Amino acid sequence: MEYTVYIILIPMLMFLFLGLGSKWLAPRVAGWFGTLGMGVAAALAYATAWNYFSAGVAADGAYPTVTAWSVEWLRFTDRLHIDMGVLLDPISVMMLVVITTVSLMVHVYSFGYMKGERGFQRYYAFLSLFSFSMLGLVVATNIFQMYIFWELVGASSYLLIGFYYTRPAAIAASKKAFIVTRFADLGFLIGILILSFYTGTFDFGQLTADNASLAVTSLAGGSFLGLSAATWAMALLFMGAAGKSAMFPLHIWLPDAMEGPTPVSALIHAATMVVAGVYLVARMFPLYYFAAPDVLTLITYVGAFTALFAALIAITQTDIKRVLAFSTISQIAYMMVALGVSGMGDHAGEGYTASMFHLFTHAFFKALLFLGAGSVIHAVHSNEMEAMGGLRRHMPVTHWTFLIACLAISGIPPFSGFFSKDAILSAAFGRDKVVFAVLLLVAGLTAFYMFRLYYRIFWSEDRAYEKKPHDAPATMLVPLVFLALLSVTTGWLPFSQLVSSDGIPYALGINGWIAAGGILVSLAGIAVATRLYRRANDLPARLAAKWAGFWRAASHRFYIDQAWLFVTKKIIFRCISTPVAWFDRHAIDGGIDALGTGTQRCSEAIKGAQNGQVQAYTTFFMWGVLIIVVCVFIF
Amino acid sequence: MEEISKLVIFYLLAAAIVVSSILAVTSHRIFRAAVYLLIVLLCTAGLYLLLNYHFLAVVQLSVYAGGILILFIFAILLTSAKGDRTEPHDRRRVVAGIISAVAGLGITTWATLKHQFLYGNNPTVLGEHETNMRLVGQTMMGSGKYEYLLSFETLSILLLVCAIGGILIARKR
Amino acid sequence: MISMEHYLIVSSIMFFVGIYGFIARKNLLGVLISIELILNSVEINFSVFNRYLYPDHMEGLFFSLFGIAISAAETAVAIAIIINVYRLANNIDVRHIDQMKY
Repeated sequence: MEYTVYIILIPMLMFLFLGLGSKWLAPRVAGWFGTLGMGVAAALAYATAWNYFSAGVAADGAYPTVTAWSVEWLRFTDRLHIDMGVLLDPISVMMLVVITTVSLMVHVYSFGYMKGERGFQRYYAFLSLFSFSMLGLVVATNIFQMYIFWELVGASSYLLIGFYYTRPAAIAASKKAFIVTRFADLGFLIGILILSFYTGTFDFGQLTADNASLAVTSLAGGSFLGLSAATWAMALLFMGAAGKSAMFPLHIWLPDAMEGPTPVSALIHAATMVVAGVYLVARMFPLYYFAAPDVLTLITYVGAFTALFAALIAITQTDIKRVLAFSTISQIAYMMVALGVSGMGDHAGEGYTASMFHLFTHAFFKALLFLGAGSVIHAVHSNEMEAMGGLRRHMPVTHWTFLIACLAISGIPPFSGFFSKDAILSAAFGRDKVVFAVLLLVAGLTAFYMFRLYYRIFWSEDRAYEKKPHDAPATMLVPLVFLALLSVTTGWLPFSQLVSSDGIPYALGINGWIAAGGILVSLAGIAVATRLYRRANDLPARLAAKWAGFWRAASHRFYIDQAWLFVTKKIIFRCISTPVAWFDRHAIDGGIDALGTGTQRCSEAIKGAQNGQVQAYTTFFMWGVLIIVVCVFIF
Repeated sequence: MEEISKLVIFYLLAAAIVVSSILAVTSHRIFRAAVYLLIVLLCTAGLYLLLNYHFLAVVQLSVYAGGILILFIFAILLTSAKGDRTEPHDRRRVVAGIISAVAGLGITTWATLKHQFLYGNNPTVLGEHETNMRLVGQTMMGSGKYEYLLSFETLSILLLVCAIGGILIARKR
Repeated sequence: MISMEHYLIVSSIMFFVGIYGFIARKNLLGVLISIELILNSVEINFSVFNRYLYPDHMEGLFFSLFGIAISAAETAVAIAIIINVYRLANNIDVRHIDQMKY
């Protein structure tokens, strides 16, 4: 299956081609090239998935881990070397499909959405760069390759958030995203170093083989501040994952990242990049489970808290993209919880399967939600709910596809979200009842805020639109319809037959009671939303006034951004940066300046010796020679 | 007898060299200085003859006296106005020069006299044999060890380059 | 017999007289004459050392020969420069040629 490397190389070549040739290419041509490249990559990814899964399980009953292509890049010792390669196993193949599909849809959609924008070619070049980095990340054969592509993903995300570089908000958002994720990546890097220091390898295969026995034995000795080396390493890795996947308290960059173009939000900040953290934890899952179970507990609680927290904020936001952003945070936290409560093997590993399943379904319906929101924004030229209402009559296609996505995310059967969410709830129920209760509550809240969004965009009452809104052009509708189809159908995939914690297929049924509970809670959420928002009335305002404190706090995102600002501005800047800056300016700069002025003064004082008279020079020279000669004779 | 006559000749030449060279650097008229230099160069050729370096003496005469001096005289004629003899000495510089020269001379002489050169008092060292011209020619044109074809050719190129460079620098623009 | 030191002392005198001239003369041509004196004394030294210490070799002789040739070349260039300076400054006083100071 060596052709899999082309899935990664084609977007890279497209990036180089479009990036270097953007001046000479017409926008439309550049878009065609980018889309065509992505289409080929997607076709190859489908072929890979088909070949991989149809080849079936190996002799030991598990899906094999195939290194389809690999080249040694940096060699430190015989065991410790950094490779660049393509690793195929169930989750990486699944990710290939998800990324190429969503990316292709976004490429097509952007034809309509970005039409006439300045830098259209640049936009497609960046999309290709992102696709390349994300694909390279998921097929990484070793943790260092993953780290390299992880950073590339962050860089391309930075470029795309800041695409409208003339807008100060976009620039601030791109910087914020980059700095926050970089900060988290510091933890990731330290984690990698600890891990490779003890185990002496970067390779995923060696790290996870035999129930991660290598890591368990080699990390057993070390400890630091009362925690074992394994706990430190895995917790630091999770810090990187939390940064990329916007877990509390590192979630602050994601809502701001909505300053980028909407298709970019759909691709990067909903479907692919933000789940990289989940993917990382899943990739290292045996290490977490066997070497550092404490960290899995941490992941569970951080995830559960983030899910609830983000859902509460999402209720109060009025910018539709921010609602979706917080919804994304909440849903990714769901996946994290599922990983946290998972065990190894068979039904104990239900959480692992559920997490990957939810990642898979969520990618499609969340991309659909974003693209639908983009279509709405395209029509009314605003992100604010106030500017929308009654659009169901003007934009039927967007309306129906958006409704499907809302139903899917709310977990209503037979849409895809139901199946994956049910699996997560079931896994949580088997492990921790409190976490289960939180997740159930979040499911209800999710249904509520999604339908609040839905009703306020498409129902309520007509606004005084300057121009009558109408459905988007075909290039934007085709992806919507296609993703809607996926949102309906992907839930029916026998996912546990394909992805499981130990690679061995098993049957995952639907737990009737839990499913019924989930549906009931979701329906309750929808019902409340219907009562409050279907027609314009003053009930929401009265409720908001009644819980004014909560409302204000939630709409200010519980002041987490302010807390971070306080920490950075007041504590770090004032107490650390200012003295350091003073030291830099006065001690280091001053020292160098003193050296400079000293030299200057010195030369000013002795420059008279260089009077341009060769004879004077000769005299000095002569005396020098004589002194040396005398010295030679004396000593 | 011959030894004594040689010694006398040497002292005569040495005296002429010392006096003429001092006059060459102190004379106020640059043309006279050039003439004193000529005397020094001629006497040096005499020293070479005393050392039995006949070829070297001839070269010294032809190149220095015949070539370089003529250049000097041309340059003097080109650059000096008529009756140009005013050359007031800069006292400070004269003092510096005298001190440097005397100190250097003192140190050098002291070192020379203190050192015992190891040629011994062997009279055969200065045997009457004249340097064989054939040998000089072969050494200069040979390419083996202790032979100087490469230096010779390099030097010829140097001279050519200097000639061209001199023309380039001095030509009227 | 004339000892080696005789020659060496004569050449040292010539050398340091040259040094004095180099330092004290103002006329560029005078400086050049001093340089010739210095070179000449060095050539005497080479041939003296050759004759007294290594009578069977000819290195000193050839060094002197090449030194003479080089001094000829040097004089040619130096005089060209001096003529150029004269054209520019209308005199050849070293004190006027100090544009390269500081």
